[in-house]
Amino acid sequence: MAEFVMPQLGADMTAGKLLRWRKNMGDRILRGDIIADVETDKADIEIEVFTAGVIEKFLVQPGEKVPVGTVLAIIQEEGKPTTAEAPPISSVRPSVPAPTMPGVPAPAISGRPALAEIKPSRLRISPAAKKLAEELGTDSALISGTGPDGRITLEDVQRAAQPEGAQLTPEVVLDRQARLRQVIAAAMARSKREVPHYYLSTSIDMSRAMAWLTQENLKRSVEDRLVYGVLLLKAVALALREIPELNSIWIGARATQCPEVHVGVAVSLRGGGLVAPALHHTDRLSIDELMKNFRDLIQRARAGSLRSSELSDPTVTVTNLGEQGVETVFGIIYPPQVALVGFGKLLERPWSLDGQIVSRPVIKATLSADHRVSDGHRGGLFLAAVDRKLQEPEKL
Amino acid sequence: MTKDEFREVVLRVLGQIAPEANMSQIKPNLRIRDQLDIDSMDLLNFVVGLHKELQVEIPEADYPRLATLNGCVDYLAVQKKVQ
Repeated sequence: MAEFVMPQLGADMTAGKLLRWRKNMGDRILRGDIIADVETDKADIEIEVFTAGVIEKFLVQPGEKVPVGTVLAIIQEEGKPTTAEAPPISSVRPSVPAPTMPGVPAPAISGRPALAEIKPSRLRISPAAKKLAEELGTDSALISGTGPDGRITLEDVQRAAQPEGAQLTPEVVLDRQARLRQVIAAAMARSKREVPHYYLSTSIDMSRAMAWLTQENLKRSVEDRLVYGVLLLKAVALALREIPELNSIWIGARATQCPEVHVGVAVSLRGGGLVAPALHHTDRLSIDELMKNFRDLIQRARAGSLRSSELSDPTVTVTNLGEQGVETVFGIIYPPQVALVGFGKLLERPWSLDGQIVSRPVIKATLSADHRVSDGHRGGLFLAAVDRKLQEPEKL
Repeated sequence: MTKDEFREVVLRVLGQIAPEANMSQIKPNLRIRDQLDIDSMDLLNFVVGLHKELQVEIPEADYPRLATLNGCVDYLAVQKKVQ
């Protein structure tokens, strides 16, 4: 038997409203199936399950708004005993949402499975703080410590048990736009408060990449054409394999490298605001597959039909503001990620080559990185790797 | 097809890309990109949309000719005749 809970989809989500069930009681479900639609402050999200089995019971009805971590349904896992034989569920509606650390997806069957494996093995926590965390039902592995050497203090536990959003939003009904703004505000304020950013920038000659792209697109039908943004995404993903510490998540008082590269693509929404859903397995997909998924992702992000894993899985963010004419991006990291890569406008610039000044399409790539996790030297190697990848576009 | 019909198709495809915009406000001689906050992915979707509606092949090199509403209409009228 498994509990299907309200997942935490990105930083600062504290509650979600169940809009509808996509399945019926007794339905057989497979891993990755969309089981429900949930309204969050950001968007309406399609929620996937990460277990296979049969839906035994729904505990929450459409229209109800419940905290993150609340059990929504009971799933009878294949080959496991039924509820009658299994131990009873102690708390169906926890008064304190189980994982309250903003930005950390719920350690639930609907959350990122990898997270269960990446809890720190030994925690620095005072006995009093530990006791309080147990009383409040807060997982101390998910609390960031502010004491010496990242030690978790009593105050940290109290803060973690108090969802930030809950303080900010009493029962005020704000329109979606305002709520999205509030979510972004909370995440960005937290990032600037907690994450010691450093910034690096480099200019990349894009002539090879653009020439290759033009040739490729000449051969392709309209539907199969590529945009240069997809080359940037793939180059970043491949460079992350070389400098894997930038593809990490900060939980508790340490960073843990993510085994997969899921680049979060910053998508500006019409009318304001942005989301940065994951383009899954960015490093492993072919350019054609990436392009197809990228187009689909942007379309769904703007239409407000993202999936839960797309919001909870990004391991790094890429933002391309060149389209708006910006030359250089100085981005803010989206917690719990530890790096953000920005691209500016593709500009024809004088470029020195073999003692000659030539005109070249040049793009400014920037890295905002968490200094707790990486240093400027490694960040520099990362940007150099992005540059190197873009000089061999046919290999992307 | 008349130019008015081409205009109607262009505005319909644009409307799918920027559903929040009021298409009657589009100024025919100003850049669409500046009026509707269009990025390169939107541009690609626009070209794909025109291709679907009109079965016109639009090579990438011709994208600059689609910059304004009037530019689109003139370009499509010629291409449709040629193709």
